Amino acid sequence: MQIMSAQTNAAARATPILECRNLSIAYAGRTGDVPAVIDFNLALMPGEAHGLVGESGCGKSTIALAIMQYLGRAGRVVGGRILFRGRDLLAMKGEELRSIRGGAIAMVYQEPMASLNPSMTIGAQLIEVPMYHESMERRAAAARAQMMLDRVRMADGERIMRSYPHQISGGQQQRVVIAMALLSNPALLLLDEPTTALDVTVEAGIVDLIRNISTEFGTSMLYISHNLGLVRETCDRVTVMYSGEAVEVGSVASVFRGMRHPYTRGLFASMPVPSADKNSRPLVSIPGQPPPPRARPPGCFFGPRCASFVAGRCDARPVPLSSIDASQGHASRCLRVDEIAWDAAPAPGPGNITATVGDIVLKVQDLSKRFRHVTANDGLTFDARRGETVAIVGESGCGKSTFARILMGLIQANSGSIDLAGLELSKLPVTRRNANTIRSLQMIFQNPFDTLNPSHTVGSQIARVIRKLGVLRDESRVRERVLDLLDLVKLPRDFAERRPRQLSGGQKQRVGVARAFAGNPSVVVADEPLSALDMSVQAAVTELLIDIQRREGTTLLFISHDLSVVRYLSDRIVVMYLGQIMEQGRTHEVFTPPYHPYTEALLSAVPIADQRYAKRKVLLTGEIPSAANPPAGCPFSTRCPYRIVGTCDRRPPPVQEFSASHRIACHLPREELLAMQPVFEEVTQ
Amino acid sequence: MGNLIVRRVTQMLLIMLTVSLLLFAIFDSDQFREKAAVAELGGFGVATLSADDYHEWLEKKGLNEPFLARYGRWLESVLHGDMGQSIEKDIAVSVLLKESLTNTGILAFFVFLIMIPVSLTLGVLAGMNTGSPLDRVISIVAVLTTSIPQIATAVLLTVILALGLGWVPTKSAMADGWSFRGLPLLTLLLYDIGYLVRMTRAAMTEVMASQYIRTAVLKGLPYRRVILRHALRNALIVPVTLIFLELNGLLSQVVVVEVFFQYAGFGRMLFDAANFGDLQVLQAATLVAVCVAVGSQLLSDAAYVFLNPRVRFT
Amino acid sequence: MNSRVVILLALIWFPLTAYVMFRSALGALANYLLLPAIPSVIVLYVLALRSWRESWVAIVGVSLVSFWLLMAVAAPYLPLVDPNKPLVPFLAPGGVRHGILFLLGSDMRGRDVLSRTVWGCQRVLVWGITATSVAYAVGAGCGLIAGYLGGWWDEFVSFASNVLLSFPVMVLFILVLNLLGQSGFNIIIAVTCSSAPVIMRIVRGLALDAKSRDYIQAAQTRGEHPLWIMLVELLPNVRGPIIVDASLRLGYTTVAITTLTFLGLGLQPPDPDWGLMIKEAATAALLWKYSYMMIVPALSVSSLILGFNLIADGLREMSLRD
Repeated sequence: MQIMSAQTNAAARATPILECRNLSIAYAGRTGDVPAVIDFNLALMPGEAHGLVGESGCGKSTIALAIMQYLGRAGRVVGGRILFRGRDLLAMKGEELRSIRGGAIAMVYQEPMASLNPSMTIGAQLIEVPMYHESMERRAAAARAQMMLDRVRMADGERIMRSYPHQISGGQQQRVVIAMALLSNPALLLLDEPTTALDVTVEAGIVDLIRNISTEFGTSMLYISHNLGLVRETCDRVTVMYSGEAVEVGSVASVFRGMRHPYTRGLFASMPVPSADKNSRPLVSIPGQPPPPRARPPGCFFGPRCASFVAGRCDARPVPLSSIDASQGHASRCLRVDEIAWDAAPAPGPGNITATVGDIVLKVQDLSKRFRHVTANDGLTFDARRGETVAIVGESGCGKSTFARILMGLIQANSGSIDLAGLELSKLPVTRRNANTIRSLQMIFQNPFDTLNPSHTVGSQIARVIRKLGVLRDESRVRERVLDLLDLVKLPRDFAERRPRQLSGGQKQRVGVARAFAGNPSVVVADEPLSALDMSVQAAVTELLIDIQRREGTTLLFISHDLSVVRYLSDRIVVMYLGQIMEQGRTHEVFTPPYHPYTEALLSAVPIADQRYAKRKVLLTGEIPSAANPPAGCPFSTRCPYRIVGTCDRRPPPVQEFSASHRIACHLPREELLAMQPVFEEVTQ
Repeated sequence: MGNLIVRRVTQMLLIMLTVSLLLFAIFDSDQFREKAAVAELGGFGVATLSADDYHEWLEKKGLNEPFLARYGRWLESVLHGDMGQSIEKDIAVSVLLKESLTNTGILAFFVFLIMIPVSLTLGVLAGMNTGSPLDRVISIVAVLTTSIPQIATAVLLTVILALGLGWVPTKSAMADGWSFRGLPLLTLLLYDIGYLVRMTRAAMTEVMASQYIRTAVLKGLPYRRVILRHALRNALIVPVTLIFLELNGLLSQVVVVEVFFQYAGFGRMLFDAANFGDLQVLQAATLVAVCVAVGSQLLSDAAYVFLNPRVRFT
Repeated sequence: MNSRVVILLALIWFPLTAYVMFRSALGALANYLLLPAIPSVIVLYVLALRSWRESWVAIVGVSLVSFWLLMAVAAPYLPLVDPNKPLVPFLAPGGVRHGILFLLGSDMRGRDVLSRTVWGCQRVLVWGITATSVAYAVGAGCGLIAGYLGGWWDEFVSFASNVLLSFPVMVLFILVLNLLGQSGFNIIIAVTCSSAPVIMRIVRGLALDAKSRDYIQAAQTRGEHPLWIMLVELLPNVRGPIIVDASLRLGYTTVAITTLTFLGLGLQPPDPDWGLMIKEAATAALLWKYSYMMIVPALSVSSLILGFNLIADGLREMSLRD
């Protein structure tokens, strides 16, 4: 096994446009330097798109900021070099650095709203780039800016130029940021999680735009993301990072098809594939936590969590990056690369018993809710059975959170009914519900950092729920139940004495799950419980939910925008758009044709990492309309690729039934819907 | 934006109405009535007054009519500019008000003239380079000046500049020349500058740490432009609104400063009237003070809406 | 803010308040009242030094405040002359007369300045802390109600506080004290009227922000009573900014009390008080060689307020660093 440096490899080809050689970055902490990036190497060739993948805290964003020399007061490069076009970036200062920033190297940020100056018009911010980099005069700069807005496919460029950032949507803001970065035709574009803050269908549009940047503009890209699927769709090469180190490098094809590091494999195993569901191929999460930056383990950082860990070898000394396939530039930081059976199928799950689905427990009939000008829910009709998982899918503004709040009694509906085992809930506020009802209908919240009160211990918060819901009164039995619940969510018992700030995001979410199940509820509403969690942690919490549900026979209402997770764990799906249900049915019915056009677009927007699947591209035009001004007729008509002018924008669509459980609300004729091609297809090698 | 302004103005009018009613009720209360009697008839005179005579006196003064009627009459006279007579100084209240407001106005004018450029510059400089030696010095001086109450500042300045060095007179003889305004002005300035510097620095620090400044810097803009065009525009929103509110603060500060230096301004007039029991003066002065305070709040809110595009254009 | 700190604070505040406000009624007991407070101040100071050791700003601040607290509780036990007893008028600092050393000189009536300075801080601290606490109780209570319950509660409370806020602070003090008479308790009312609206706004903002948090919604879906939510779920989480603001507000209140005494509107003579000392010196001894009579109380009150401000700044810095 040869240890080849990136340099020797690169010398064999042309000069890379960006090179990181043994780059090490550290932050000044209270008791000395804390390493953030260790011995990082990268060779980015002109016109190439390189993805930097890892979970939160792995150091990927730090590298981008180091390249731009914007590490802030506390961070500094403590070793290695960064070369741009062969010249030392770190040695540049003053005028030279200024002309490179925004000129030769440009950056796109994670949160577009925060990255734009709220007091300047878009136009003013855009024209600065050519004015200061090419000394262009104002009018010419404005014309160039508008042209660029067209090229990033922004309609109505003139109005956008005169607007302030808060007056345009998130997707439009990000296009503006991209346009601003491309205005001076940079040689290198750094993208730091550019789509994380955006809705799924909007994200698909941006991803498509980014993908074409290198072909249209010839720009090299460094694409930073936590989403393997996005990297596969946009990049040529990929570096997987863990705890500040690169653990695997190679072309997208070679890494994704033949991964050679346990962490990479763990990441893949924790992502649901389009064909799998909870019974056939369970998600396998990576046990444990990433090491704290101050206390990394000796030897291989991933060792403590690795199934192939061998004591004495893997923790003896730092593991170098070793080449596996020089022609593809594929390297891995694993000592046991030749010993592990990489292609073995993952061990079959512990015989997942299909939960028996019982009678209808929750019946929603024509539920509607209007706020002053906004129709949040319009005629919702569906039901849920005992032991079933029903997923409610939709993007922002679709009304799913409003529905959850009506269900929980925090707000009341205007019309329609929600029937929970005989009790009418639609207009019953939580303050008027009896203890039994409250106990049987509980909620898991989205934001793990807010879901627990930071001032009380974990145990006391769970105990409060137990006592308040009247499950148990006797103190010692309450205590016991708290510990039992911690066991149920696979947390150590001594967590009961800890405060939330001592727990990680995933652990806090588990406590949230424990809290929801404290009273043996019959229905649990989970409102986007996974969105704020890292990929591998998502897998763990998902499996936990499935496990508990199976054991307790609870009905789970799973609200999400992430179709791949939904596909994995739900039995039935309800797709919402702007307050109305567009399609509902069993999972496999919704995921295969016939599709509602919106469902088709949603499915196509899901990034897939698995090389075995090809995806048909369906892009939507325009933005999600504001809920205060819904279009007449079908709410989706403004963006629908199949729209029939005169019908879809005038009359509400009829509900067509394709089976006992499968319904689609669409004007398209039945034959056309049935003739749709599937979005996902298995690719034979 | 227009909507917001209208709502705010209506709110302010409502507040003014409530306040004027409150004020009238307070000054109409028994304690104050007694005070008025004492002031006019002398303490001894009141003590020897029998209950009937007291009521007769009240009748004569028109103080026995129903509340709302008197309130209405009072409001009417005020709006016409007639606010009564000062018992102590035996001149019309409006004349007294005009004199004292002019004097305080001169002080206020110079305070604003000097305070605004100095504080904004120092605050911006400190915020731009948070943690630098310049910032440390500016911050420490600002904390010191805002920690020393104006009563103490007045003392220290008097001791050093007047008694020690003899540069300015200790009391404001209200004579010709302007040197007697020096100490009151300096006392006011020290505190106000310190306060505004701290607020401006805090706003500037926050803006400099924001993501849009990062965008501007990484766009390759010259540093000067980043500061002048990108940062200041956002950082100065709050300090500008605070400057309008300073009018309100000044009214409080002049009470103690003018009394200490015997400066014939609004604050001293208010204080003397309260001490003496010169009720009409006190009432009128309070009303004016509230007007200025409410007006300054309104201006401040308007400035905020005007300067902040997020609120101005929804 | 654990129970230890609360007990120590109580051990300091109750005796001191009782001593200052009710000394005449307590008779002989008064001599022993302040003894437990002295070690409490020292212990509290050490605790503060340990938990705030990373911010030198906070350390300097807490040292200043602790110094004056110590002076206040130890005053009866220090070898000081009677602060009200006229001895030798206009004696320069350091002078010795009748075998007594006047470290800071004597004032126009012959009273020892050092003794008056030390005794003077008692009243400022007691009335200042009491008034601020009452203002906080009222302001925070209204703020929680307005922020969490919203609707008409919010409208009403906000309007009332806007009315109060439209008076310049000094004007409000003068009005209230003239209306109600001049006494310590009325100062508490005046301070509450001027500070509570601001506190209300701050707490209201914090409550509005916390209201949207998931753990509050979790409590609501459990069917918890609004009062329970406000006190048990909300209140502990608004602690941080409130402690910072409380420190600042103690500073403002100290300014207010000193200024009022200077204006003759506050606490009454002859008991020593810094504001009173300044007033007497400014009217009767306005000469360079007697300036020590004014400077000593001026510097004393400035150092106390500086202490409060530095604590606030230091705490804010520490919370940002986390």
